Amino acid sequence: MTFWERNQLKLAPFLFLSPAVGLFLLFVIYPIADSIWVSFHEWSGVNRYAVDDEGNLKNFKWVGLDNYIYLFTNDDEFYVSVFNNIKWFFFSLIAIPFGILLALFLNQQILGIRWVKSFFYFPFVINAVVIGIVFTWFYNPKYGSLTYLLGFFGMEPFPILSDENYATYGIIVASLFPGIAYTMIIYITGLTAVSKDMIEAGRIDGASGFTMFWNIILPQLRPATLIAVVVTIVGALRSFDLIAVMTGGGPWGSTNVLAYKMYEDSLFNFRMGYGASTAVILFILMDIYIAWFLYRLFKRESTEK
Amino acid sequence: MGGKMKKLIIILTLFISSVASAGTLIVNSNQSGAEAAAALKEYIADFEAAHPDVKVVLNEFESESYKVAIRNFLTSETPDVALWFAGNRMKFFVDQDLFRDVSDVWEEYGLYDSMASSRLSVTVDDKQYGVPWGYYQWGMYYRTDIFDKVGLSVPTNFEELVAACSTLRENNITPVAIGTRYLWTAAGWFDYLNMRINGYEFHMDLAAGKVSYEDSRLDMVFDKWAELINADCYLEDHASFGWEDGLTPMINGEAAMYLLGNFITGNLNTAGVLDHIDYFQFPKIVDGVPLSEDAPTDTIHIPAGAKNIEDAKKFLGFLSNPEAATKWANARSFLSPNSNAEPPSDRFQLKGVNVLNNAYGIAQFFDRDANPDMAKTAMEGFQEFMVKPDREAKIRARVEKERERIHGPL
Repeated sequence: MTFWERNQLKLAPFLFLSPAVGLFLLFVIYPIADSIWVSFHEWSGVNRYAVDDEGNLKNFKWVGLDNYIYLFTNDDEFYVSVFNNIKWFFFSLIAIPFGILLALFLNQQILGIRWVKSFFYFPFVINAVVIGIVFTWFYNPKYGSLTYLLGFFGMEPFPILSDENYATYGIIVASLFPGIAYTMIIYITGLTAVSKDMIEAGRIDGASGFTMFWNIILPQLRPATLIAVVVTIVGALRSFDLIAVMTGGGPWGSTNVLAYKMYEDSLFNFRMGYGASTAVILFILMDIYIAWFLYRLFKRESTEK
Repeated sequence: MGGKMKKLIIILTLFISSVASAGTLIVNSNQSGAEAAAALKEYIADFEAAHPDVKVVLNEFESESYKVAIRNFLTSETPDVALWFAGNRMKFFVDQDLFRDVSDVWEEYGLYDSMASSRLSVTVDDKQYGVPWGYYQWGMYYRTDIFDKVGLSVPTNFEELVAACSTLRENNITPVAIGTRYLWTAAGWFDYLNMRINGYEFHMDLAAGKVSYEDSRLDMVFDKWAELINADCYLEDHASFGWEDGLTPMINGEAAMYLLGNFITGNLNTAGVLDHIDYFQFPKIVDGVPLSEDAPTDTIHIPAGAKNIEDAKKFLGFLSNPEAATKWANARSFLSPNSNAEPPSDRFQLKGVNVLNNAYGIAQFFDRDANPDMAKTAMEGFQEFMVKPDREAKIRARVEKERERIHGPL
């Protein structure tokens, strides 16, 4: 027997896995490890391996924890960004109740309901850049339709995106537009799995309206809620595109979040090492959140069994 | 999606780069916008007519994203020619050995004579690293019809400028249009106030990081600026608008002035109001301080990793051709740095030539003279100051902290 014939069964799984694992290592694990490595260096982002006369790397200098120390002790913008990330974290969850409401509303058998559903799903299909631009126009204090809307109710127009107190909320509202559509589609799929028998049983026991929804339908939607929460919060933590399009972190840095700050430091201000340290912090924050979430999930599943 | 997309892009770039072979010249351009793109294409067409053996491949970028993309393509997919800006913006790449020394092009095409006045803007350590193709004056563009209607004449000093603001406000006109969303328009005001109050040398030292932003000589700059802000000179909610949105009220006849570069005339022309527009030099503030100007210079460079260097040199050297140089500059309402170029006939260009020839010193512009991260923090500070002038001390302390990080303690 050849080596291959003897070990075929043992080797096959690894051979089948290797392309995926290889790609995963190359495009996911390696960049993460490299970012962490870069975050301990000072580097402008160009010519990383250039050497000086003595053979030392001249553009890529080890600085130890300096980047992190500066980030925590000297950079006010870092705290602004973290605080804004927290705002994003909580307020983006508003998409979920709205998603449920829309899903319930659309979950009926009427002629052409498929068309209506697809219209409601449309915001999620539109590119975030387009949404950002449309909302920027909408908010424009001079010519935007919000100004006319407020004027209709006799209110003074105010510049949402250039007011440090409102700008972040203005962007979050824009992010809810596709966010609601996405959670809605998750719940519509979830509703198809709701057991008809239980609804019948509930009806016999006299449940209707809100009681029915709260005690019978919503618990069955828990898997959908799980996905909706995870997707919404991960999306909120890495929010970047809308900020880049709508304010560019402005006015004067007040809408910065960690992801945008990282982009700006590393790619615009030529501080690749410093940007990488911000990225590592964001990575750790997400890890903590995901670890906590998985822990709760597994705990619940094991108690249910 | 990420992984798949990446692979597709890699395959595409490999394909494209294998197609481009000898005799082709890859040019990366930041000339976005119909007018700018057409002007460059015209130059390329003329170049190809003069050098039939060279085929130019043009990669066009949107001008803002080009500023980020250039860092990638200079180190990886290097073009043979890259468009960029003079001053510190160029020096950054020279310091990283990413732009090629093109002193030989200057020698061969006689640019030391024909472009003598722009030589310093592309010089590092006495070597030239690029060839300028155009520059333009900054100044106050104003609506003559509004000035006539409310009986104003062109302000010749700071007090008259403040008084003009009050007069215009009384007539329900926004005195100064501006959109500071992308920050740099605010830096224009800082440049001029500082150059008129503290002079050219101080301003350049500040941009080079040799002066503290808490220096007492800057007090007057911020005081005068606050005077303008408190006299209600600027367009309301200007932080919401890009420079073009900020121009709309002026086009509509609701705003009277705008401090900007001469490229503004292109937009005003398209909007059909150029007949009502004129230009005046930013007025003097402190007597005895000689008048200096902002005049940013746009340039072409050969990246260090360029493959077709011979043809790239021809492409840069072609700017010594007076006709081609004139055509490109005129198409953008820029001035040509080539002294053999045909003198401009456009009235705004003529005024620009006059102002710049008599200027005591020429600055590139705040975000081209200062370090990129320094400029970013400072300009954010300027924007904040224009909305919340009472935060002056806090803003200056923050900007100074950034200056100290970048340039070290004084």
